[in-house]
Amino acid sequence: MTRTKRRTGRRHPFVFFGLLLLGLILTGGAYAAVSDDARARASVDANSQHTIDEGKKLFQANCATCHGLQAQGSGTAPSLIGVGAASVDFQVGTGRMPMAANGPQAPEKPPQFTDEQIAELAAYVASLAPGPVIPDASLTSGGGDAAKGAELFRINCAMCHNVAGAGGALTEGKYAPSLESTSGTHIYEAMVTGPQNMPVFNDLTISPESKRDIITYLKYTQENSSPGGYALASLGPVAEGLFIWIFGLGVIIAVTVWITAKSN
Amino acid sequence: MSTATTESATSTTSAAVGTTDTQKRSFTASAALYLNERTSLAGFIKELGRKAFPDHWSFLLGEVALFSFMVVLITGTFLTFFFQASMAPTHYSGPYVPLKGVEMSVAMSSTLNISFEVRGGLFVRQMHHWAALLFVAAIGLHMLRVFFTGAFRKPRELNWTVGFTLFILAMAEGFTGYSLPDDLLSGNGLRIIDGLIKGIPLVGTWISFLLFGGEFPGTAIVGRLYTLHILLLPALVVALIAIHLVFVVVHKHTQYAGPGKSPGNAVGPPILPIYAAKAGGFFFIVFGVLALIASLFTINPIWNYGPYDPSPVSAGTQPDWYIGFADGALRLIPPGWEFQWLDRTWSFNIIVPLVALGIFIILAMIYPFLEAWITGDKREHHIADRPRNAPTRTAIGAAGVTFYAGLWAAASSDILATHFSLTMEGVIHTLQAITVLGPFAAYFITKRVCLALQKKDREIALHGFESGRIVALPGGEFIEVHKQLDEYERWRLISFESYTPLMVRPDVRGRISTRQRIRGVLSRWFFEDRIAPVTKAELESAKHDHH
Amino acid sequence: MAHDDHSGTDIAAASSDAHDPLVSPGTALVVADPFENPGFPPHRPRVTDTNPQREKRAQRTVTVLFYLSILGSVWAIAAYMLFPIETNDMASVRTNNLLIGLGATLALLAVGFGVVHWGKALMADVELVDERHAVGGTEKSRVAAAQIFADANRESGFSRRTMIRRSLFGALIAFPLPAVVLFRGFAPQDKDPVHLLNHTMWKKGTRLTLDPSGAPIKAADVTLGSAVHVIPEGLAEMTEGKLEEKAKAAVLLMRLEPSALNELPERKDWSYSGIVAYSKICTHVGCPVALYEQQTHHLLCPCHQSQFDVANHCEVIFGPAKRPLPQLPITVDDEGYLVAQSDFHEPVGPSFWERSA
Repeated sequence: MTRTKRRTGRRHPFVFFGLLLLGLILTGGAYAAVSDDARARASVDANSQHTIDEGKKLFQANCATCHGLQAQGSGTAPSLIGVGAASVDFQVGTGRMPMAANGPQAPEKPPQFTDEQIAELAAYVASLAPGPVIPDASLTSGGGDAAKGAELFRINCAMCHNVAGAGGALTEGKYAPSLESTSGTHIYEAMVTGPQNMPVFNDLTISPESKRDIITYLKYTQENSSPGGYALASLGPVAEGLFIWIFGLGVIIAVTVWITAKSN
Repeated sequence: MSTATTESATSTTSAAVGTTDTQKRSFTASAALYLNERTSLAGFIKELGRKAFPDHWSFLLGEVALFSFMVVLITGTFLTFFFQASMAPTHYSGPYVPLKGVEMSVAMSSTLNISFEVRGGLFVRQMHHWAALLFVAAIGLHMLRVFFTGAFRKPRELNWTVGFTLFILAMAEGFTGYSLPDDLLSGNGLRIIDGLIKGIPLVGTWISFLLFGGEFPGTAIVGRLYTLHILLLPALVVALIAIHLVFVVVHKHTQYAGPGKSPGNAVGPPILPIYAAKAGGFFFIVFGVLALIASLFTINPIWNYGPYDPSPVSAGTQPDWYIGFADGALRLIPPGWEFQWLDRTWSFNIIVPLVALGIFIILAMIYPFLEAWITGDKREHHIADRPRNAPTRTAIGAAGVTFYAGLWAAASSDILATHFSLTMEGVIHTLQAITVLGPFAAYFITKRVCLALQKKDREIALHGFESGRIVALPGGEFIEVHKQLDEYERWRLISFESYTPLMVRPDVRGRISTRQRIRGVLSRWFFEDRIAPVTKAELESAKHDHH
Repeated sequence: MAHDDHSGTDIAAASSDAHDPLVSPGTALVVADPFENPGFPPHRPRVTDTNPQREKRAQRTVTVLFYLSILGSVWAIAAYMLFPIETNDMASVRTNNLLIGLGATLALLAVGFGVVHWGKALMADVELVDERHAVGGTEKSRVAAAQIFADANRESGFSRRTMIRRSLFGALIAFPLPAVVLFRGFAPQDKDPVHLLNHTMWKKGTRLTLDPSGAPIKAADVTLGSAVHVIPEGLAEMTEGKLEEKAKAAVLLMRLEPSALNELPERKDWSYSGIVAYSKICTHVGCPVALYEQQTHHLLCPCHQSQFDVANHCEVIFGPAKRPLPQLPITVDDEGYLVAQSDFHEPVGPSFWERSA
């Protein structure tokens, strides 16, 4: 396209536009690249006493300040007795725990622990009392019915996370995070444990198969780019409106200035 | 036009059309003659062909609106061949996996069919929607240009109201179109409209019942909106555009002040050929830009939203941008504005936004008449004002823009909160303050800025501009040489209308009517703070001081 | 046009009234001794006017652009044929959209830029000066028009025959009224919206079932902190009027610590061991309120940000809504399934005029 423009006059409104587009596409690509669900499962035996002991050590060093030495909770942090391995894997695996600072909610950040350490922590917390377990890979790697999953997602999840999983606002500065790069395991764990303000979706409300369907749908949206072209962050009419005002009208106005300028 | 036709016979410029001699004529000339003898076309060509069309980039904004509307018509016609405006239930059987087998309306499934099974269908659909957004945006910008340059003054007041009606019709076109696919987003949009209508006192419940053909959502609304969208509204838009353009021809275009330009002339390249080339080419450019956007950027991915169902909703449910101000007005109402009185429900949380927006729209629509009444100026105005030279008008415009912007931003309060890590409550409270107080702040700041700019203009007209050349005077003093403007540059700065406040005087019976009193108050408000234009005497004395 | 018969002296009479002393300038400042308009500045030729090489180049550019446009059209047609939409392949939709679109873009932009460039650089750079004439036209034509109306009035007797005139106005006012009546047919004749708005599908003993499957819900299955989207039993199987019923009957079921619930005395038995059911339809303008925060017990509407406190019988704590969400009284049946005790005790959804507390 730029070839056409270069010949037509001294102003090249689309050059800037093209560069920006390129930038957007690259950013989108980078996002897509990190959404890799094939997180290497650490080969640790969750039931061995050694693992639990290692987990306990890690817990006491990193978590006990807030959650208490016996994970019994404190004024600032909830008890972890009975939250299960799934909860630990989700909270620590997505970097939400340990919390860096007090805020409306714990944000996602790069995990502080290795997969092995997370597994040890999870094994320790799971040993305190029974709770939701880390789901089996057969439930979290897709392969279900995307259409059913999409319908369940719209009814149970979209009001907070947006139909395309782009995320959305909650009260008082809280928000439902974007699911555009969340792994299947973490999605499953979030549903069964209800992290922070998210409600719990137990196996009787949404069966394990239905959860797999939901993950299948989200994987479909993660893996397939929009048929219409760049998706403008899937934010809907606000992004579209902003785009037409800034880029659409911006380009057009640049053209009007060129049209009415004296030729030289 | 019959007089024009007879005149054309004597015209020398349109020789091919007008002559009746028997010389051998080219095919074009014969065809032109043939047409003219059946249409009086020569009269029109003579009348319009060499009209001067003033040239400025901001004069093309209305064309952008017109051209995007043409794109909307062209693409929309294509879409009607595939779209089925039926809310009958069906099960999707197309290629999009996450919707396979899902129950939805025929409207939704035919829209998916256009998107995914018709080659180029998605391209046309996206171009239609993008062009619609650009259409309304261009109208908005065009209106701002007309407002801030005072191009709505006599004789163009009526054309302002015609244009304003077009703006409202364009929004109606947009909203009806937005609702047609019957997806989750548009369904929730209609749900809001339903709730909004139900809140109208006395008639709301019944209007909603009749509009939806029974209880919400019913099975009628998409078909009804479709009739409005493709028949009634476009017919009105086309008719009003025609009137709008006839007015432009009758009035001739305004122009900015400049040397040689006067209220009594119109200066610019002729319609044929330069203006026609530029406007014709520009149509293709607007069309092309929309094609580019449509081929690269998704708009309204209804496949994400899924079919309408009253139970789900998506985070970030918003209307298209041009309805945002109304949605924002609903969001900004504080809690508790609803009362039971006389065993009836008074939903002021709905009545207040509706009335406030109604007043805003009416004020904007009648502004030209208001200003004409205040100034009492009955002359025709064809020179567009520089916004600074009408400080009160510009300040009022800035206040209106701020009010609109506050409401508009409120429609994306949730997205503002998540993207700038703010609390939603904080965003809404801030926007409440901006919407209520912002217009006043914008008014005062804009007025001061305009007056300061006028002062600066005056300064430059009288004393010239700083040339950057420093000279040492014999006494050792250093001064910067001011360079005087040439007469062309000066003309731009000094040739503007200035009004004085109205002195209210008693009439013949020694009374001052309330009407006059109000006019006096308004006139003082408008023109009390003013910078007088440079006079010849002042310029002479300024020149004298320098030399 | 506006000036239909200007000849000779008429032009002067009809020329713009901007300087006409007879037209009131209102409060405009009229300067007795205004500045003289300096007239047009000297014409500045373009490069293409003075430099034949540049002119040639511009001509070449325009021609190339037009050929590029043809290329774009060919490209779009080729893309249509070479990159069809393959069944079940969304990527092919994207490719098809992109390539047809870019071809069309080139075709349109190239011709557009070409024509404008031609106009700017090559067409004679002339500026014309049109004289403006008063939009009102000449006095002569105004008088003629007034005469026509006067004649028509006299000939028809429109002013004179008052009885005819008044009855005509009456007829003209009356004739559209039947059309207004027709609008009643827009909705079913035998139904009353107020009655419909006051009732939903819920009645005593209706089981609460999952949306969308319609599976009944046992009280024991609702864990603490969960939110379940509920429809009445039988709705999932409906074929007629399903969405209309769902639009009123959708319910959100939540389980809180019973100690966290602050229930109204008259609603003490409307919940079941911390399980409460509230209408999902916002009392503002009707969006589904379903954003439940299990720790704060707040419900948020994503459309206009009204917030309801579930712990406090869904009272409004923020946003434009006024009324709390209506509560559905629930209990369990013999088999342990959750059932409704009755319909809602008030109309659900947005306020309407006839709604009484």
